[in-house]
Amino acid sequence: MPIDANTGFVRFEGVQKTYDGKVLVVKDLNLSIGKGEFLTMLGPSGSGKTTCLLMLAGFETATHGEILVDGKPINNIPPHKRGIGMVFQNYALFPHMTVAENLAFPLDVRSVGRDERDAKVKRALDMVQMGGFESRRPLQLSGGQQQRIALARALVFEPDLVLMDEPLGALDKQLREHMQFEIKHLHERLGVTVVYVTHDQTEALTMSDRVAVFDDGRIQQLAAPDHLYEMPENSFVAQFIGENNTLMGIVEELSEDVASVRLDGGEIVSAVPVNVGAVGERTRVSVRPERVELDERKLPSGAHTIAAEVQEFIYMGDIFRTRLKVAGNEDFIVKSRNASNQTRLSPGEKIKIGWLPEDCRALDA
Amino acid sequence: MVTDTANRLRSQAEDSVNLRRKLNRSLRMQKVRALLLIAPLLIFILISFLFPIADMLFRSVENKIVSQVLPRTVASLQSWDPANSDLPNEATFRSIYADLAIAVEQRRNTRVGTRLNYESPGIASLFRKVKRGMTKIDVSSFINFFNDLDSNFRDSEWLAREFSEPELAKLLPFSASALEYWRVENPEGGQPDSYLYVSLAVELISASKAELGELERPIADFLVKAQEQLPRLDHVNLRDAFLEIDRKWGEPTVWRTIKMYSSTLTTGYLLNSIDMKKGLDGPEFRDDSERLYIKIFIRTLVMSLTITLCSLLLGYPVAYFLAHQPLRRANLYLILVLLPFWTSLLVRTSAWKVLLQQEGVINDFMVVLRIIDDSGRLIMINNQFGTIVAMTHILLPFMILPLFSVMKTIPESYVRAAKSLGASSWTAFRRIYFPQTMAGIGAGSVLVFILAIGYYITPELVGGTKGTFISNRIAYHISSSLNWGLAAALASLLFGAVLVLYWVYDRIVGIDNVKLG
Repeated sequence: MPIDANTGFVRFEGVQKTYDGKVLVVKDLNLSIGKGEFLTMLGPSGSGKTTCLLMLAGFETATHGEILVDGKPINNIPPHKRGIGMVFQNYALFPHMTVAENLAFPLDVRSVGRDERDAKVKRALDMVQMGGFESRRPLQLSGGQQQRIALARALVFEPDLVLMDEPLGALDKQLREHMQFEIKHLHERLGVTVVYVTHDQTEALTMSDRVAVFDDGRIQQLAAPDHLYEMPENSFVAQFIGENNTLMGIVEELSEDVASVRLDGGEIVSAVPVNVGAVGERTRVSVRPERVELDERKLPSGAHTIAAEVQEFIYMGDIFRTRLKVAGNEDFIVKSRNASNQTRLSPGEKIKIGWLPEDCRALDA
Repeated sequence: MVTDTANRLRSQAEDSVNLRRKLNRSLRMQKVRALLLIAPLLIFILISFLFPIADMLFRSVENKIVSQVLPRTVASLQSWDPANSDLPNEATFRSIYADLAIAVEQRRNTRVGTRLNYESPGIASLFRKVKRGMTKIDVSSFINFFNDLDSNFRDSEWLAREFSEPELAKLLPFSASALEYWRVENPEGGQPDSYLYVSLAVELISASKAELGELERPIADFLVKAQEQLPRLDHVNLRDAFLEIDRKWGEPTVWRTIKMYSSTLTTGYLLNSIDMKKGLDGPEFRDDSERLYIKIFIRTLVMSLTITLCSLLLGYPVAYFLAHQPLRRANLYLILVLLPFWTSLLVRTSAWKVLLQQEGVINDFMVVLRIIDDSGRLIMINNQFGTIVAMTHILLPFMILPLFSVMKTIPESYVRAAKSLGASSWTAFRRIYFPQTMAGIGAGSVLVFILAIGYYITPELVGGTKGTFISNRIAYHISSSLNWGLAAALASLLFGAVLVLYWVYDRIVGIDNVKLG
């Protein structure tokens, strides 16, 4: 889904933010979010993603730059007039109100008539399958139920834009996965624009149309999940999204689409040059664990092979996880499917492993 | 097979009993250990605090003094109808003569006078005067009457031997106690004082002749003879003698008061503390001019409420400010809030005296600024205003601390959520933030109110006459008027009022919702 930088529904233009006047938490952020898009801001804590969300919601002001929603600058609009729904990390359900009162709150402050209000509350509750819980208090609900109510409350006044600040962080794994799909389906059904903040990369990949990977106050890469996973543009993204094997080396030869890298162990591998300097500079070669083949015979033609020594074999049920020593790196991981013809290796075995050159990316050191 | 099942069931039952016993034993050990931890404090508080307070509060209904000092009079008044405007009969006057004669020796006549004076002002002087007056009363006829019967009546040793007969002591208990008292006071022996003979004369009138005759003692015959000859004493008129000491002895009110307050337990103090008194037909209100305590109770309540409200109005913003500061700075400010606790309460109150008085700092300042004229200096102390200002200042920390501790626990995300849902800052505060601080408001208000309602030093120093609390009256009765019974009754009522308010508060707000920290 290509988004034109000038027509995006939400636009950050050269936004900077500092809390103490010394350190920039957000450095020159430019981001355009399309209408109806599900965009996730992903990054480690302290990367500036939550600050961006708070600026968008109006709880923090940008030190520099402009934020526009639907073409209008919102820097000077107070939060309650922005009409942006928000789901908070700890749900922030009002403990002294019932579920129905919580949901009616945004409608009440908008002076919605009683009949319309009740109808909307009911619809919103049905939408998150929480009909019948109207008179409960938030503290009487489980975490997942509270999450649904918080979601319904952020949506009940039909905002065009909904912000979610790590909304699933407090749930256990199974419930979290379940809620991921529910939120995704709600988004698809309602067509609202969602800006979602998380530090959980699986969550980001599962739910989003596009993911903005934040680090050190900057967007490191903004791309669709598959693109992000398969074609990381720098080593931070490669490391942060999913698991990755890295091998350090020096660029020997560099052309438009192939770079030859002499690894620190002496082997030469070719890789797709993504983020490399010139010949002679250090680079970080990255290969996904599931793209590595343990059995030399199964390799297609044109594949690289390299010597490896098995360090550890871990049985994980659906997959096997093999730790190898490759080109001096003792933490080279290979994931293989638990198929009937899959080889089970034992520590100490010396084997040849391989991968396709196009699965191997040369990134910044 | 059947026995097997029965045996198994029985052993199961025994097992479960054993299990419960084991559990109880282990729990008991825990309880004992817990009790041992608090035992030193518990014992200390019990001995030095709870028992004395309970004893003090008991004084609000305790009334032994009248029946102890005037036992014969009280017994004699039993047949007298207080609604009657007639005076009690001669026997009562003889009884009170005997009672007072002993009381004067014990120096208890003024004490019973003081006690009765609380209920009927003016009685105290009556009981004071008897000390001199009674020496003038001629009771030689009583002494002579018994001495004429038998010369042994002069001998206290002989009388004591006779009265050691339990039957006789039971028949004439007041005479027995009079003799015993005399013998304690006069261990060298000799002829007893007149009160013994007056007491004997009074008691013999109503004693049963048959029972007297049955006594197997030499004195029995004499007593029977005395009883027969008692009418010879009819000419002695102690009533007139008492009237001569003070005409008031001829007023039925005096006797009514004695009779009404003769029981060992009385509601008198409690009635007094709500401006009532015992009347002939049950409790009745005092005259308007004598009413005092209800007014002071209401004033105490109203002023305590005002102080609570002022503390809340001043403390809420401060607590809000503190709760929204970074932790380190909040702690610093909190120390500033607690700073007043480092100075003595007396110093702080005196400081307010300096500030508020007519020649004080605030008045001077306003005169200099020409806000007020030199002749129009404001009276800000020795009235309710002074008390409210000083006490609000002193009690403010007790409002701020619970408010702060509650506000600290309210996550910022609630207000943010409200704002993101479309509520203005004011609406978010009013509908989301404020209701969640109710626990703190409740805790702070209860704390300040209960502290205020029993406050003593500050109203005493800056309250003047119009700004004093019920506690100042209690202190007055404890240390100046020495009417401890009334002080205890007022304190009991105050205690009761606080308990009632606490109960009401619990019903409305719920004490579980109160958070102190």
